[in-house]
Amino acid sequence: MVRYGVRIGGFGGQGIVTMAVVIGEASALFDKKYVVQTQSYGPEARGGASKSEIVISDEEVDYPKVLAPDVFVVMSRAAYLEYVHGLKENGILIIDSDLVKVETELPKGVKVYSIPATRIADQEVRSKQTANVVMMGAFAAITKAVSIEGLRHQMEERWPKFVKINHLALDLGIKAGEKALEAPS
Amino acid sequence: MPERTMFTMGDIACAEGALSAGCRYFGGYPITPATEIAEWMAVRMPELSGAYVQYEDEIASITSVIGASWAGIKAMTATSGPGASLMMEAVGLAVMTETPIVIVNIMRGGPSTGQPTRGQQGDVLQAKWGSHGDYQIIALTPASVQEMFDLTVRAFNLSEKYRVPVFLLADEIVGHMREALVIPDEKSLKLVSRKMPKSEPSEYLPFKPDDDLVPPMALLGTKYQFYATGLTHDERGYPTDSDEVQIELVTRLNEKILRHIDEITEVERYFLDDAEIAIVAYGTPARSARRAVKDARAKGIKAGMLRLKTVWPFPEEPIAQLASDVKHIIVPEQNMGQVYYMVRAFAAPTPVHLMTKPAGTPQLPDEILRKIMEVHAK
Repeated sequence: MVRYGVRIGGFGGQGIVTMAVVIGEASALFDKKYVVQTQSYGPEARGGASKSEIVISDEEVDYPKVLAPDVFVVMSRAAYLEYVHGLKENGILIIDSDLVKVETELPKGVKVYSIPATRIADQEVRSKQTANVVMMGAFAAITKAVSIEGLRHQMEERWPKFVKINHLALDLGIKAGEKALEAPS
Repeated sequence: MPERTMFTMGDIACAEGALSAGCRYFGGYPITPATEIAEWMAVRMPELSGAYVQYEDEIASITSVIGASWAGIKAMTATSGPGASLMMEAVGLAVMTETPIVIVNIMRGGPSTGQPTRGQQGDVLQAKWGSHGDYQIIALTPASVQEMFDLTVRAFNLSEKYRVPVFLLADEIVGHMREALVIPDEKSLKLVSRKMPKSEPSEYLPFKPDDDLVPPMALLGTKYQFYATGLTHDERGYPTDSDEVQIELVTRLNEKILRHIDEITEVERYFLDDAEIAIVAYGTPARSARRAVKDARAKGIKAGMLRLKTVWPFPEEPIAQLASDVKHIIVPEQNMGQVYYMVRAFAAPTPVHLMTKPAGTPQLPDEILRKIMEVHAK
């Protein structure tokens, strides 16, 4: 894989950075790729637009930030408007469809996948906090940029007390991702 | 502890590097983007029977670090621009009392409080000339999470060996990004500790240097009695207003570093063997430059890079050598030009082209590539 750029956006508190860190850990430590994860945040801790990025590559990563994302995962309208720029032609856009609408013109060939991650977390996992894990499952199923075994492994290491609920959220996300793959919007 | 791999932040790699180097005292005042170092130290120090103390400000922080070092403990503080400014007076005290300490500056946007969450390389000259008087310090410039660990270990080794404050100067991106970090087996790490006096306590002269110009260092609370002061002092440590002693002391404080410049300075050469255009860079801009060099090579332009892992003492010889080998030098810095002036001094008459960017986003690979092409067309 030659330099694959992932951008994740949402609002502070949704676990945007955590999601990027877990994906980064899984692909660096489990999949043995070269990975750099970065984030940008303002002086405020919660509520503002939050962005995190991951560069995954088979060779050493030079410039550490994403130049033009291959995939943009977005979980809030503010983050969509602020960070959608630069998405590559034929790139992938994954949206939390209850929170984000595609309201700008997208580059040619971009495929949009709608994942109601927050709704799945709330109604099926019964924990809104797992929305980022649902989204992570969908991301892995759609892009195949990170191994599902790697994500499972890192989540178990990180949150040994919440293995069951996280696996449920991840599985539901994978299912939603696979379903979206069959019928991109 | 055996070798282990983590996926972690530059700041945390720095803290782990310090602990692996034997640091057992951290005195600090949290400040973005260096806070994670303090946080990590607050958790880890008690586990290793070390001490973490949060002070009322950066002045108290650094002076406590000087004190801890005199008590025989490897000690460190970490800060960013506004805190580094407050520490400058005490940097001079550490230089004058020849106290081994490590000061980490995760550089953010300035002047003043500037942009706390955005990086810059604005404090490179401050590290060298921020305190008054004529002196030398050492400053290392990591460009990756692994180097945040490796160069922190090196910072401790150099500070112990030369009894001098050593700065680790990293920009915010290097401090905050996460990459894989391999923490080596502690037995495989080469660690240096300060020389202790061998003379009888009654004959001990605390500031009498050995042949390497570095005096052995006795510790507080031992049989060795001494007086350490910021005033100009003779070999006994007694203050004096003598011209001879002042000249001898200031010369030695400079010479003990400059005489060992080849051993202290480290550079990385990248595609330089046949290069006609060379980038000189450090920190995050060097990562952009690496990409730009590859892209320029793909276009048939003979570009290369000399990456500085040490900025102070300035690697004069490698720059002079580089200047005689290439036609042009380009210096991209995340500031208005700081190392640039040093490069220009030692590269003359080879033209040196500055790329300024006093902002959180460094020069992008494409921007450096365009500059290479522009210079190539000259």
